[in-house]
Amino acid sequence: MLDRLNVRAAIVSIVFLTVLLGTWELANQPPEQTEALTEYEMLMGGSAPQARVPNPSEIGLLAIEELSDPFYDKGPNDKGIGLQLMYSLYRVLSGYFLAALVAIPVGFLIGMSPLMQKALDPFIQVLKPISPLAWMPLALFILKDSEISSIFVIFICSIWPMLINTAFGVSSVKKDYLNVARTHELGRIKTAFLVVLPAAAPTILTGMRISIGIAWLVIVAAEMLVGGTGVGYYVWNEWNNLDLTSVVFSILMIGFIGMLLDLSLAKATKMVQYVE
Amino acid sequence: MSSYLLTAENLSKVYPGPKGGEPLTVFDGVNFGVNKGEFVCVIGHSGCGKSTILNILAGLDDATTGAVIMDGKEVAGPSLDRGVVFQNYSLLPWISVFKNISFAVKSRWPKWSKDEVYEHTMKYIEMVGLKGVEHRKPSQLSGGMRQRVSIARAFAIQPKLLLLDEPFGALDALTRGMIQEELIKVWEKTNQTVIMITHDVDEAILLSDRIFLMTNGPHASIAESVMIDIPRHRDRTEIIHHDHYYPIRNHVVDFLVKRSKELNDTGIEQQGQEQAFHYPPEVNPATGQVTEVKIDTDPSQVDDTRIANLR
Ligand SMILES: Nc1ncnc2c1ncn2[C@@H]1O[C@H](COP(=O)(O)OP(=O)(O)O)[C@@H](O)[C@H]1O
Ligand SMILES: [Mg+2]
Repeated sequence: MLDRLNVRAAIVSIVFLTVLLGTWELANQPPEQTEALTEYEMLMGGSAPQARVPNPSEIGLLAIEELSDPFYDKGPNDKGIGLQLMYSLYRVLSGYFLAALVAIPVGFLIGMSPLMQKALDPFIQVLKPISPLAWMPLALFILKDSEISSIFVIFICSIWPMLINTAFGVSSVKKDYLNVARTHELGRIKTAFLVVLPAAAPTILTGMRISIGIAWLVIVAAEMLVGGTGVGYYVWNEWNNLDLTSVVFSILMIGFIGMLLDLSLAKATKMVQYVE
Repeated sequence: MSSYLLTAENLSKVYPGPKGGEPLTVFDGVNFGVNKGEFVCVIGHSGCGKSTILNILAGLDDATTGAVIMDGKEVAGPSLDRGVVFQNYSLLPWISVFKNISFAVKSRWPKWSKDEVYEHTMKYIEMVGLKGVEHRKPSQLSGGMRQRVSIARAFAIQPKLLLLDEPFGALDALTRGMIQEELIKVWEKTNQTVIMITHDVDEAILLSDRIFLMTNGPHASIAESVMIDIPRHRDRTEIIHHDHYYPIRNHVVDFLVKRSKELNDTGIEQQGQEQAFHYPPEVNPATGQVTEVKIDTDPSQVDDTRIANLR
């Protein structure tokens, strides 16, 4: 039943994709050379190709070419898309795991202690709504390193969902489960690991999933800002080269990697999910 | 009477009222003793404070006044000496049936080897007839099976006292009957001291040595302790033919229908007067015999003895 639904959904998806790409391809043909070349153009050896949105076929050809050798490195302005994505992923994952290292224990503390909850709430409320990129100048000034600054920006943007979800998950562990821990004389550490953590894990993982999504959104912008390497820089660089085919191709790659990140966290969430 | 395993002394629970309102005294002057190896049921109308009393005995809740003494020591906080079975089973849903029991065994005997823990756990899983499903998660079991896991867990830690709060309340009649029988079997094998809350009169007569009858709240208390002198081993189908069955049953039902309220009304009239400190009288409905039970310790001295014990 479900399988048949899946098959039908896949067919509809493919139909939509074909229609979309087909219309795009047909409606976006390069304009015919109608006017005669101006004198200037003749001197320059033909007309400059008009920059225009590329066709799916062109993007497809580029994708095959790029993905057949994704990791080449021919200097700072010519690196394979795979390599650029690796730079971005490295920053995202470092910032993200550092954030988890801070957010989960602190979230535990807040969730366990109403005092800490009240004491730390004002800080969280003020810091949370700050756009992560607003930290960039300060980070660059203090850390004096664009690499570490990008990681810091990822750290600061992924910390909040994890922190808030951990605190919420921990504070809303059912009293029944805590009573089980109490009647079995489990100590604080054992209660935390045997009862509170597994009980709150689905909520914590949901926070982690939100965070990885935000981190991946932010890294592109951060890399556009600081430059050097990474897929954000790549997009901006190709825009400066007016190579829109590469821009569209890298947009698709960003979406694809983002999807993989989200899927892996979704899978992890499923692993800790339990049915009451 | 100092041979009691556990005594409750002058327990009361008062909740502060809503803003400006009167505080709510759920129950007061609750006194009783439970012998080692005894099976006691507590019956009373919903809301009279049975669960609260059980939680106080477990150490999960604090009484407003009074104390619970077990083995000469005041109960302060929960302990593995007192196992609890909750109405909603309270199993940890993220681990298997086996682990739900083995973690309790491990916390009871931290020095045991893996094999010892395994064997002990399996013994109790078999005792409640759940061999073969030990690797399932609680959510993959029926309500009756889950409650058996919960019972197995409580028996497995071999507590000095087992507390059950309406353990079969959520089960259908057929399952309930089966688990009652299993509970009797396990209880007879282990000679465990049990205090159980129920609202089912037949269940109480089938299982208990004595039934505590609670008056209605607020200001509820235990009015009587009804002796069930029907010999063991009891069987659900045969017990109803015993001469004492219907006298006991009628007495308890009459209490629940009429006297639980009447007694409460007179109790409220007596408010403000010095509350008599006594155990509930022991009543045998079949013979009509009523025995007053004296308390040999003066409650005003309880605190001193306890301090002496601590020294
Ligand atoms: N936190 C609370 N504040 C005020 N009243 C409460 C609170 N908890 C329980 N009660 C009251 O205590 C009474 C006894 O509850 P409970 O012990 O659960 O009764 P039972 O188990 O006999 O049905 C109820 O009438 C309930 O309204
Ligand atoms: Mg109750």
